[in-house]
Amino acid sequence: MSEDIFEIGGFKLESRLFTGTGKYADDSIISDVCEASASQVITVALRRVDLESGTGNVMDYIPKYMKLLPNTSGARSADEAIRIARLARAMGCGDWIKIEVISDNKYLLPDGYETAKATEILANEGFVVLPYINADLYVARSLVDAGAAAVMPLGAPIGTNRGLKTREMVRILIEEIDLPIIVDAGIGNPSEACEAMEMGADACLVNTAIATAGNPVLMARAFGRAVRAGREAYLAGAGAMCRHAKASSPLTGFLSED
Amino acid sequence: MTVVLNGKNVDISEGMTLLGLLESRGISSETVVVELNREILSADAFVSTILGDGDLLEVLRFVGGG
Repeated sequence: MSEDIFEIGGFKLESRLFTGTGKYADDSIISDVCEASASQVITVALRRVDLESGTGNVMDYIPKYMKLLPNTSGARSADEAIRIARLARAMGCGDWIKIEVISDNKYLLPDGYETAKATEILANEGFVVLPYINADLYVARSLVDAGAAAVMPLGAPIGTNRGLKTREMVRILIEEIDLPIIVDAGIGNPSEACEAMEMGADACLVNTAIATAGNPVLMARAFGRAVRAGREAYLAGAGAMCRHAKASSPLTGFLSED
Repeated sequence: MTVVLNGKNVDISEGMTLLGLLESRGISSETVVVELNREILSADAFVSTILGDGDLLEVLRFVGGG
C-alpha cells in the first residue's frame, strides 16, 4: 500500500490510533501499551501535586517518541479550559491540547458552546486544538470557524465501553466537516474502532477499553490492528451492497448440465 | 508567614524561595508547572522567586488521563 500519512498540526503520523494514560491498574504497563498499539499520540491530564503522598510520575512510562496530548479535564468553563491549556503548555511538552469542558457529572457530556469559545482563544495563541465534542454538526462547524485542528466526537459517554452509538451523527461529521474527525470516548471493542475507520473517520482515541482490558497490552495491539484494518478498508472502497444473492462462483459448467 | 499551596495553608520561613519550598516538600521542580497568584512562572524563575505572605501557589503535574 502506498504511504498513508495522517498529518495534524504539522505533525506526520503513521498510526491513526491515539491512546490515553488514565485508569491503568499499574502505570508501568503504559510503555508496553504504546509499543503494542503502535500509537504515536497519548493523552495526559494536569492535576495538583499530591502533597501528602508521593506517587509515581506517569511521564516516566511514556516513551519519548510519543506526541503528548494534554487534556483540559476538570474544566467546567472556557476560562478554566484556557487556564489549564496554558499551564499544560508551560510544562514544555508542546502546544497540542485536547479541550474538554464538562459540567455534567453523570454523563460527562461536553459543553459545545464553552468548548468553541476556548478553542478560538487557544487557536489564536498558537495551540493545536483538538476539541472533544458531542457528535453535533453545528458544534463542529463552530469549531471549524474557531480554528480547531480536528474535531473529536464521542462514540458514547466517556469510559463506558458502549461502542459507536453515535455512528449516524459521526457519519454526518465525516461528510460535512473539512477537518480530521477523531472518534473519542466510548469505544469499547476493536471492531467498533474498525467500523469508525471504515466509515472514513481519520483516527480513534481509545483509553478505557485498553486500560481496563484483562490484558491491556494485547488489547492495545488489537486496537492498533483494528484501526489499521478499518483505514485500509476505507481506502480500498467497499463493494456495492444488493438485496438479492449474486453467485460468487460461475453459473455455467455444472455437472448436471445437458 | 503563610502561603496557600494547592488550596492548603502552609507556614514557611521568611525569605523562602519557591524552589526552596518545592524541595522542602520533596517535589522535583522539573516535573511541575507553577502558578503564583494566577500567573504562570517559568521554571527558571523558581530559584529567584521569594515567596510573600498570602501568596497563592498552584503546583501541578501531568497524571494519567484520557
